[in-house]
Amino acid sequence: MNFLNSLISGLSLGSVYAIIALGYTMVYGISKMLNFAHGDVIMVGGYISFCLTMYMGMNGWVALALAMAVCTLLGITIERLAYRPLRGTGSLAVLITAIGVSYFLQNSALLIWGANPRVFTSLFDGVDTIHAANGQLTITAESLFTIVANIVIMICLTLFVSRTKAGKAMRAVSEDNGAAQLMGINVNRSISMTFAIGSGLAAVAGVLMCSAYPVLMPTTGSMPGIKAFTAAVFGGIGSIPGAMIGGLILGIIEIMSRAYISTELSDAIVFACLIIVLLVKPTGLLGKKVNEKV
Amino acid sequence: MKNKKWTKFVAVVLSCMMILMMVAGCGSKSGGGDSEGNTLYIGGIGPLTGAAALYGNAVKNGAQLAVDEINAANPDGVQLVWDMQDDEHDAEKSVNAYNKLVDNGMQVLIGAVTTAPCTAVASEANANRTFALTPSASGPAVTEGNDNVFQLCFSDPNQGIASAEYIATNYPDAKVGVIYNNADNYSSGIYDKFKSEYEASGKQLAAVEAFSDDANADFTAQLNSLKNAGVDLIFLPIYYTPASNIMTQANKMGYDVTYFGVDGMDGILDLEGFDTSLAEGVLLLTPFTPYSEDEAVQNFVKAYEEKFNETPIQFAADAYDCVYAIYDAFGKTGLGTDASMEDICEAMIGVFTGDFTASGLTAEEMKWEASGEVNKTPKVCVIEGGKYVEK
Repeated sequence: MNFLNSLISGLSLGSVYAIIALGYTMVYGISKMLNFAHGDVIMVGGYISFCLTMYMGMNGWVALALAMAVCTLLGITIERLAYRPLRGTGSLAVLITAIGVSYFLQNSALLIWGANPRVFTSLFDGVDTIHAANGQLTITAESLFTIVANIVIMICLTLFVSRTKAGKAMRAVSEDNGAAQLMGINVNRSISMTFAIGSGLAAVAGVLMCSAYPVLMPTTGSMPGIKAFTAAVFGGIGSIPGAMIGGLILGIIEIMSRAYISTELSDAIVFACLIIVLLVKPTGLLGKKVNEKV
Repeated sequence: MKNKKWTKFVAVVLSCMMILMMVAGCGSKSGGGDSEGNTLYIGGIGPLTGAAALYGNAVKNGAQLAVDEINAANPDGVQLVWDMQDDEHDAEKSVNAYNKLVDNGMQVLIGAVTTAPCTAVASEANANRTFALTPSASGPAVTEGNDNVFQLCFSDPNQGIASAEYIATNYPDAKVGVIYNNADNYSSGIYDKFKSEYEASGKQLAAVEAFSDDANADFTAQLNSLKNAGVDLIFLPIYYTPASNIMTQANKMGYDVTYFGVDGMDGILDLEGFDTSLAEGVLLLTPFTPYSEDEAVQNFVKAYEEKFNETPIQFAADAYDCVYAIYDAFGKTGLGTDASMEDICEAMIGVFTGDFTASGLTAEEMKWEASGEVNKTPKVCVIEGGKYVEK
């Protein structure tokens, strides 16, 4: 029973990682950059939703929708102001800028909301926890919804990328930026759209994560951001199903090693697994092998 | 062409403004130590921004209140100047802040607020001979080997020992478990002492679990293993933020258990958005509670709330006591305010290691060991009806 409990916790934690990892993986896929500010967009989403529910008395779901809207705009703005002017100047400049944006967001949050941690009211406040098997198996509404949301998001996103025109354009840009432009694809719009989707999902991840683990601080996004980045690399960065599998496996390894091996070593075990996977398969579990263009 | 001239003009104006601002900035900052009159320049170091900013700002405000009181009570006597610098809870920045204060003419130091930066500053201050009294850096490394550094808070080992004694005496039949933060030397320091002291009383801990730093972590694995071990009292030598997370998750699991916290638990009731009914029945070891009926505490809380619009936490009270302890001890040294930092340091060490006692908000008759540790009696409080009630 303990095993099942841990498995559910692991799936739920892994689903949060997976949703965040999507943002990393999509942005990397299309513009070949690591958007380290992604973790902090999660935090912003959490704070927006917190403020709307606490101070303006809004319904949690309405607040979630608005937080998604704000984060989407934030993602587009970041891309427009910080990354687009640097496109084509080499990856190092963009990487440093991304770290700069991350610090900028954290410190702005510190300025606006202060250093005091807030406790987030769960989206499912008042929904009873499911107890099964004589109360030994507990499934919280948060974990159930997180797992379901992850699956739904993944299916929608895969369909969007493979079936729609905009999705096709995104794939084309990620394949060959220059050729796509020659074919009449608006590259800027495709990249903006990728950032918009990734950031909107970050808001969802922020709200879900804070519902399950309710502490909200300006640094809340950084650790999950790093873990999700690991998940994206684990699954093969650039691949959407890879992000899902990477996130889930990472979450399960983390919780299982806490439950059965050692709470002190769980992070070390997670990252050791990452190293082993990368040694065996350098592009990650589902990563495509890209031939170096000379 | 016209356009170019215009830019030049703007550039000149802007540079002039910058130079003016720099000059003005210098003026206001050096106003402390070398200023005329009978003033004692007290420097402070702590995190005013960053993740630990809550503590630094509480110290800043608490000390400011004490300084204002002392200055107003005796306008003809020694006037205190309080200058707090930010270290962002970073050891390197803390040493920079210390050097800046020394350059500005600091005579006595209150700080640093948090343990890791304080350890770095303490050895600098020892080499330079600055007297330092830290309101809240409770790690043993702060005072080790530094005869000039004293603590006003309990040291971590003392908290662990006091908690173990209290639990062993008052909950003799409880199955005790621990969740601690193994990436934080405050938490693991208390845990180590707690464990050895508790086991010395002939009992065994039922289960011990750890986590590392991340306040947003998933604690269900830890809670499940404590639950399976039949633990009914959890000792939490951690800060209140992860503690609130643990309580929320345990509640969701339907795990009903008693919590015992140390001074880091202080603040849990002020956590915005936290369902404080979850904290009902939590026991905690704390030197200060804003709900105490003590008159001095009540006056302090009232003045603090009026001035800063928030309820003071223990760090503010510690800082307040620090200022009074330094003021009283300085009076005992017989030195004038024109004495150098080095002379004040030697004289203050003499007073603190002598039979000097200080009374304040956090304890009566505090007395210091030569090692720098303070002797005071910890209070155990229980949270009832959203308030601390002394046990």
